[in-house]
Amino acid sequence: MIKNFIAKAGWPRIIIGLFLLALFITAPFVGVNFFTSLNNTIVRFGMNSVLVLAMIPMIQAGCGLNFGLPLGIIAGLLGATLSIEFNEKILELLLQCATQYKISWLTEEFLTLHREAIGFASAIIIAIPFAAVLGWLYGKLLNRVKGDEMMIATYVGFSSVSFMCIAWLLLPYKHPTMIWGYAGHGLRTTISVDGYWLHILNDWLAINFKEDIVLSDSLTLNVNLSIPTGMLIFFAAMALFVWLFMRTKTGTAMTAAGSNPEFARASGVNVDKMRTISVVMSTILGAVGIIVYQQSFGFIQLYMGPFYMALPAVASILLGGASVNKATILNVIVGTFLFQGILTMTPSVFNSLFQTDMSEVIRLIVSNGMILYALTRKVRA
Amino acid sequence: MSENVINTSLLRLEHIGKEFYGNRVLNDISFSIEAGEILGLIGENGAGKSTLLNILFGMPVINSTGGHEGRIYIDGQPVNFTSPQQALAAGIGMVHQEFSLIPGFTATENILLNREVLNGSLLRYLFGKRLATLDREAMRQRAMKAINTLGVHISTDMVVSEMPVGYKQFIEIAREIDRKHTRLLFLDEPTAVLTETEAEILITALKKLAREGIAIVFISHRLEEIKAFCNRIIILRDGNLITDQPANELSTKRIASLMVGRNNEQKDFYAEPIKLDKSEDKDEPDTSAPDSPDAKKKKKKKPALKVENLWVDMPGETVLDVSFEVMRGEIFGIGGLAGQGKLGIPNGIMGLYPAGGKVRVFGKKLHLNKPRNALNREMAFVSEDRRGVGLLLDEPLDWNITFTAMQMQGKFLLGIPHIFQIRNEIAMASEARKYIKALDIKCTGPSQKAGELSGGNQQKVCLARAFALEPNILLICEPTRGIDIGAKNLVLDTLRQYNKEHNTTIIITSSELEELRSICNRVAIVGGGKIAGVLPASAPAEDFGLLMMGQMRQQENENEEA
Repeated sequence: MIKNFIAKAGWPRIIIGLFLLALFITAPFVGVNFFTSLNNTIVRFGMNSVLVLAMIPMIQAGCGLNFGLPLGIIAGLLGATLSIEFNEKILELLLQCATQYKISWLTEEFLTLHREAIGFASAIIIAIPFAAVLGWLYGKLLNRVKGDEMMIATYVGFSSVSFMCIAWLLLPYKHPTMIWGYAGHGLRTTISVDGYWLHILNDWLAINFKEDIVLSDSLTLNVNLSIPTGMLIFFAAMALFVWLFMRTKTGTAMTAAGSNPEFARASGVNVDKMRTISVVMSTILGAVGIIVYQQSFGFIQLYMGPFYMALPAVASILLGGASVNKATILNVIVGTFLFQGILTMTPSVFNSLFQTDMSEVIRLIVSNGMILYALTRKVRA
Repeated sequence: MSENVINTSLLRLEHIGKEFYGNRVLNDISFSIEAGEILGLIGENGAGKSTLLNILFGMPVINSTGGHEGRIYIDGQPVNFTSPQQALAAGIGMVHQEFSLIPGFTATENILLNREVLNGSLLRYLFGKRLATLDREAMRQRAMKAINTLGVHISTDMVVSEMPVGYKQFIEIAREIDRKHTRLLFLDEPTAVLTETEAEILITALKKLAREGIAIVFISHRLEEIKAFCNRIIILRDGNLITDQPANELSTKRIASLMVGRNNEQKDFYAEPIKLDKSEDKDEPDTSAPDSPDAKKKKKKKPALKVENLWVDMPGETVLDVSFEVMRGEIFGIGGLAGQGKLGIPNGIMGLYPAGGKVRVFGKKLHLNKPRNALNREMAFVSEDRRGVGLLLDEPLDWNITFTAMQMQGKFLLGIPHIFQIRNEIAMASEARKYIKALDIKCTGPSQKAGELSGGNQQKVCLARAFALEPNILLICEPTRGIDIGAKNLVLDTLRQYNKEHNTTIIITSSELEELRSICNRVAIVGGGKIAGVLPASAPAEDFGLLMMGQMRQQENENEEA
């Protein structure tokens, strides 16, 4: 039975899982709060999981790992910044609609009360068309470079980030919370979402558990949990959406196109179309993913921000056991949890263990080391 | 070269046999070749010619699959080559069907590759041969000499990539005869790519070489060429040596029938279906005339498939201009040698390769070049490229069996059509189980991956996928390639049964003529991208053989003479 489990889970996951377990066990002994660590891990899981989920459609359709995730993220950033820029206008518009179509529940009070949620939703709604158009073009490009998708995708990510570096400066944003104070134009590198949709999902239905449990005279358990239920539910909804989509006729055709394009073609499937749809989906999920990330992180990071987002997501899904052409929701969950778990735990435990402050160095070593490890584990199923 | 004329044979084979993974391809082959002799080696695709050459040339594929049986003697000395280098050293030269030339090199460089004439120099003295410079002039002379021996005029400085195929063939041969000690030359279809004049030049050159004492083994599908040129002819069939006779004792017709014929035991095995086909054929005496008045077959009148001037651009199987008709409920065979275009026909009709011409399905025009169009007309296709096109190797069996039906006909889906439907995995699995049982597919269940099955069972999965479409016309390529005899019979029986039960029109493309004759009503033989002729399955074997060789006319002439 154990052998069976190992064969199913795969050694990489077992090794990393055991390492993570060891870190959690060590944590209390070196003075790191177990529950805080666990909480951090769960929050980071929620933040990153949708971005990792964005890998699935492209992998399944045979377009490889989405190294071009920054493109989706840029669409998400456009959605977020535009949502803040036009926040007041959107509220006004909704109010107008309410009066015009006599929607009784849509009152000014209601809007003020749910201003944050509306901001979050409008960020996503604005981001999706951008992501769809960018994804469509990106998909067309990938169809021309079959076999070299991942290399091209990487450069699509790089160049789109560089292009947007110029664009963020030149786009005529006016909102005072977002533009450089001294110049009066151009977006800042980091924009706070405080007052817009900070922790909108994290706090929704959040389970807060704060108590000191006294086990004995010398041992007190300082339990401090705040489970971001809303964010987890949101991820579950997105995962369910992807899961259902992959089970539709189109999703099945997409999987077959990734598994054997010649077979799919002989069965009357338009392989290029399936690939384009998958890229559009991946890009949209990337856009939604970054907005979820922002609401928890608290900031919109422009300019070089999207640059570093693709590799952790790619590494997560590979750690989760996906291959270059097969990925499941379970791969996303397992991989994201392991990757973020290690990333949260290693710096804090090592810091306390060696009594130094080199958490940032350790974090970089661990995250890049895991990316490297995951990429060497890359398999073709 | 000619000094060592010894009493013992130059090359003697004794009881050569070979098995690939339990599949016997050569059986007890014994013959010998004398110096200066030209031997013609004839056999259908898969008769064992290539394997025999591979054994003689010490190709690693033989050694890595457990070596061969029997013994080889050169000049009476037993030899056992484990690499082509050893064979070369022993004086065996080989010209393969595929060119092994370096495209960017000149004729000289290719002919003298690895045997270059070297200059003496200080560097060579200090660091050995690898740093020596080349004596280009001497090399040119040698290359010129080799080319001249062949009786052609090719510039020694011409780059191979710019040569016509005929020239490339000559360069290949020139390279072999430049080796000083080459005594035995194997030529695998050297004239296939040559024009008639070029072929004549080549044959003259080879005769000249033979006079100098080089023994030549010549493989060709052009029977008249072999008959005119060889001293002796060896015919292989199904891995057995069928005949070893002087060429002048055999007529072209006899060669053809020996090549394709089967022994009596196997004929009994196929007897029943052939008879069955014959009786059906009587109703439709001359097959090429579908309008022949026949009351009994009125319902079969309308052709299920009418193909006119079809061309298909399929690499290696180009179809130039093909027209034929297939009646409803008929089993129609397409045969011919590999590379002649028989596989291009079904692939082109199904839209898998660029094609043109007119194809009518039950009287209605079929738009080519999109598989979807053909599938929409209730046609199903089983590809010859099982692992490449026919299967989703990484997906479970139920996917493989139901996928096309799901995509094309919306079967095995749950939900509201056009709004939201997800696949019905229970229905998929039960459909798969149905075919697993019916076709006796050996597997652990519908969720096993197709890539894990054996070749024969994979073929059955491909058939199941076609059957799940419930087609009116079924196009099948190479249904029995690479599967064992038991699976072969089951596949063929299934096809027969399916044809009978559903009155499905079946078009089978196969390299195995005997198989086509056993199951089909009519068989078309394709040669050079065109249909060489359509014969009822009951036509004598040699007629098929002659059609394959593109020899119908010669045969008629011979008959007149006789």
